[in-house]
Amino acid sequence: MTDTDKDLAKKEAGVPAGVERTKPRKVFKPDVDIIEDKEETVLTADLPGVDEKSLDITLEKNVITIRGRVETEIPAGCRLAYGEYEIGDYERAFSLSDEVDKEKIQATIKSGVLKLVLPKAAAVKARKIAITAA
Amino acid sequence: MLWTDFEQFGIPDPWRALDRLNRAVSGSGLLAPSTNEFPLVNVWMDGDRAVVTTELPGVESKDVDISVAGKTVTLRGARSLGDACKEGCEHRHERWSGNFSRSFELPFVIDQNKVDAKFSKGVLHVTLPRAESDKPRKIAIKME
Repeated sequence: MTDTDKDLAKKEAGVPAGVERTKPRKVFKPDVDIIEDKEETVLTADLPGVDEKSLDITLEKNVITIRGRVETEIPAGCRLAYGEYEIGDYERAFSLSDEVDKEKIQATIKSGVLKLVLPKAAAVKARKIAITAA
Repeated sequence: MLWTDFEQFGIPDPWRALDRLNRAVSGSGLLAPSTNEFPLVNVWMDGDRAVVTTELPGVESKDVDISVAGKTVTLRGARSLGDACKEGCEHRHERWSGNFSRSFELPFVIDQNKVDAKFSKGVLHVTLPRAESDKPRKIAIKME
């Protein structure tokens, strides 16, 4: 592994104080990469065990929420003899700046990796101010 | 002797003992003590076969190499995140990348020809059956 400084264990997602989850299962915070360039912001998230059917992305008031349900696949007739990682759902939310073109958001998931493309609104792209030397 | 046969002789099964220990220590009941190994694995047992699962999102089948020798399984592979930052600005970089290699031993000799592996939604499942030659032989008792 090259990323030796990273904590590779799954991180549990937090809940607001005084609030409990309805389902008695663990919810993890997926690892993400966020890269921004002139045209768009690309968010990539690791969601092992999630496919297009069990993924739910919602956008409400500039907050984009990613929720992935994981069906626990216990091999038939087996019992867990040794466990190092836990299986649970995924949840994470990000607040977007209002420069994202919400109509053009694209999401794709392939082998447990979500790619979310957030294109910038046209107005923002044009709002570049040229500075001339006085 | 198969590890899971221990209890027949009144000796505690080490797998169960380990399981109980984990339950007592972690409270949540599942996890082995944290390890620096990567990737993390879960081992499921069913008599004469073991199923190893590990979460490797974004890794292609061709990028994983599974080798079996005797009782030992080795998982090797790599994940590259592609050209991350060209002209843009990286806000977050949390996902892992690079090469990994992990070896572990099962409590029985594995039948190398019957190992089966599949990738589903970024989770690797490897089924490892016990070798026929390693299975205990049943001995018929003759009446005198």
